[in-house]
Amino acid sequence: MMLASGKLLNQGRTEGFSKLPPRLRASRASRRCNLGQRWWNWLSLCAAALLLNVACAFMGRSQDRAVTYAPADIRYGAQIYAAQCAACHGANGTQIGGVDLGGGQLRRASSDQDLRAVLANGIAGTAMPPFRFDPSEVTAIVAYIRNMRNFDSHASDLGDANRGRAWFEGAGGCMNCHRVNGKGPRVAPDLSEIGALRSADFLQHKLLDANGMMLPMNRSVRAITKDGKVINGRRLNEDTYSVQLIDDQERLLSLDKTNLREYTVLTTSSMPSYKDKMSEQDTADLIAYLLTLKGLR
Amino acid sequence: MKICCASLVCLALLFPAALGAQVTSERLLHAAEEPQNWLTYSGTYLSQRYSPLKQIDAANVKNLELKWAFQAQSLQKFETTPLVVDGIMYLTQSPNDVVALDAKTGRVFWLYHYATAPESRPCCGIVNRGVAILGDTLFMATVDAHLVAIDARNGHAIWNNKLADAAAGYAMTLAPLVVKDKVIVGVAGGEYGIRGFIAAYEAHSGKEAWRFNTVPTPGEPGHETWKGDDWKHGSAAVWLTGSYDPDLNLTYWGTGNPGPDWNPGQRPGDNLYSDCVVALDPDTGKLKWYFQFTPNDAYDYDSVQIPVLADMDWNGGPRKLMLWGNRNGFFYVLDRTTGKFLNGGPFVKVNWASGLDAKGRPIPTPQPAGKPTFPGIQGGTNWYSPSYSPRTGLFYLSTWENYSTVFTGVDVDYREGLRYTGGANAAPIPGADNPVGQRSSPVNTYTEALGRGAVIALDPHTAKRKWSFDMHDVNVSGILTTASDLLFSGGREGYFQALDARTGALLWKANLGGEIIAGPISYEVDGKQYVSIASGNGLFVFGPRDAAN
Repeated sequence: MMLASGKLLNQGRTEGFSKLPPRLRASRASRRCNLGQRWWNWLSLCAAALLLNVACAFMGRSQDRAVTYAPADIRYGAQIYAAQCAACHGANGTQIGGVDLGGGQLRRASSDQDLRAVLANGIAGTAMPPFRFDPSEVTAIVAYIRNMRNFDSHASDLGDANRGRAWFEGAGGCMNCHRVNGKGPRVAPDLSEIGALRSADFLQHKLLDANGMMLPMNRSVRAITKDGKVINGRRLNEDTYSVQLIDDQERLLSLDKTNLREYTVLTTSSMPSYKDKMSEQDTADLIAYLLTLKGLR
Repeated sequence: MKICCASLVCLALLFPAALGAQVTSERLLHAAEEPQNWLTYSGTYLSQRYSPLKQIDAANVKNLELKWAFQAQSLQKFETTPLVVDGIMYLTQSPNDVVALDAKTGRVFWLYHYATAPESRPCCGIVNRGVAILGDTLFMATVDAHLVAIDARNGHAIWNNKLADAAAGYAMTLAPLVVKDKVIVGVAGGEYGIRGFIAAYEAHSGKEAWRFNTVPTPGEPGHETWKGDDWKHGSAAVWLTGSYDPDLNLTYWGTGNPGPDWNPGQRPGDNLYSDCVVALDPDTGKLKWYFQFTPNDAYDYDSVQIPVLADMDWNGGPRKLMLWGNRNGFFYVLDRTTGKFLNGGPFVKVNWASGLDAKGRPIPTPQPAGKPTFPGIQGGTNWYSPSYSPRTGLFYLSTWENYSTVFTGVDVDYREGLRYTGGANAAPIPGADNPVGQRSSPVNTYTEALGRGAVIALDPHTAKRKWSFDMHDVNVSGILTTASDLLFSGGREGYFQALDARTGALLWKANLGGEIIAGPISYEVDGKQYVSIASGNGLFVFGPRDAAN
């Protein structure tokens, strides 16, 4: 799915994945790799095809109102709505005559897909302009608009980004592995744009279940060349004949599989799970901080 | 040097495609000593596009085979020159993506995507010609006039500096030049009445270190060559990479046409520093000397060509020279220490000037209204990188032969963000298109009467041709020469060809099926030499045929 979109590696978008139900995520994460190489390739191909089908079917149902929206996305959406939308649409979404954003029925947008299109393109001939929102922001705004009526702004706290940053750079130890805007090691994925690429819901799940939410391309790999050299690194790209990775010395390596004696893709993330290790407040603060990481513009 | 190469080969075998040591400014100074790499846009600071590699030679060039191809995710013109650093290739695709890939297999490590501002409006294609490197950082100039520093190991931005206002027509399409600890760039926008500049930025922070206005403000020397407020929209854009002489500590940059392009009557005077080469101190931006090729230009004869630096014997003694095949149809030899004109002459049919005087200034012969001017709007050559081989002593150039345009100047009011070209230009044949460099269909839009292309070899001592390789369509390709006396070039027809650099004889060709409008490069990985070229929307890499196994 990521490769088919033409965007490589961790530049991909995640809306589709983040909507997969937990059970499906688990099955994706528990793929075993101790089978023979050919079996593994074949299996992963099948698994990918199956996942694609399921994901497509699931996304196709996104206009089904039974779809659920993540609380973290709804909270983030409320914040963006207040800053970007409320001036015209009003705090409760009814300020423009004939438009009731929270009412469920929108003339120009029957599905979430339509709603995304309206946000991106605006509505010609009306005062609704096009917006250049990040994917994570669009996900959040749609989630909020679909849940405006049930949302209790007082009971929801998005967290404090400054506190989150302090935790990220201090007690959390995140910068022992991650890099932001040129600071920190390159061992784990660079998070400089994570707040634009990943939804609030995805980030929350990632903290609680690092293994389950790991993107396939970010997996740790271990290779032993035919002359016995051991290479450990993080996978960046792979094809039938070769694999590209950044090794533990932060070097970019491209390996020809015919030159390898052994090649293993690890199913566990080196990122610890923060389930039960962070307070709810710390989690909210950290997500608030990560959502501010939109890359340099 | 042999030992050095051998140890590098050993390293490469140990770590296939390993990102080795950082690219220090010291390495950039001595780029010629690591011919396996291609460290700057033009190969080295001398900008000769000459590779000391010679594994591929006249005897085996016919056995070249395609090793891999990279397909750009863009249908824009593909004008990139990749860098190759210790087995890793860095290339750009439109609008402003950077891709890091394995130079041996073409497999991708990472892709950096830069979202350009919707208000950006480069005149002539949303193109980018490549990146520069220092340390572990790549530098890219964007079409919306930002300069971005990118981590070479993971493809994430480190800083992003907005240099000028894209909505006013400022853009950047060139590959930056790194000198010491600074990144030097210039701005495009010569069709929008911008005010051009060359500027240097601190590599670690992006902070501006100096700026040289290519159209001087009141009080600056050269301002007297403008009348009234004409200078305010005087253009003199800078859209190709400069060169650098470390011994003289001078960096050389070519500047573009004055604005409005085709109406010199609206801006009387020489219009400095349009259509010049300027020699600047890279530490301060201070002007050491300038040489103007086309004063009060009426024909859009941008002088942005790559300044090719060569050390040759001249009248009995060694001399530091600059060789320049200009869009205006004249070839120039300058002393690059002083800017003094040493030799020159037309390399294609020229009728806008009858020749050059003793100081190299053209003797104008404007053509009557409605009559064709030679060379035409695209010039005798244009921005395509030339090459100089220290082995043959020849200067190689892509040309448009017997090519003309009927120019008409019209008064135009300046409006920010709109074209400020002041006229029209037409092919000498009624009804025929005057191609403006954009790809068109069918690819071959030229006829005999409209001109055609060639690769030519000029002897700097005589300013005369040593040989010509004639082509049917016009020639928009850069040139590479090698230490095995090969010359690689392409063209609008889509052929990638190898010529004998001494005779111009065709030795090998491959039809890549898409216009070649970039420069070839050569590099080596694991002891094998490769040649790469962008054609159509793909980058193609050739190497010697593998032994049968």
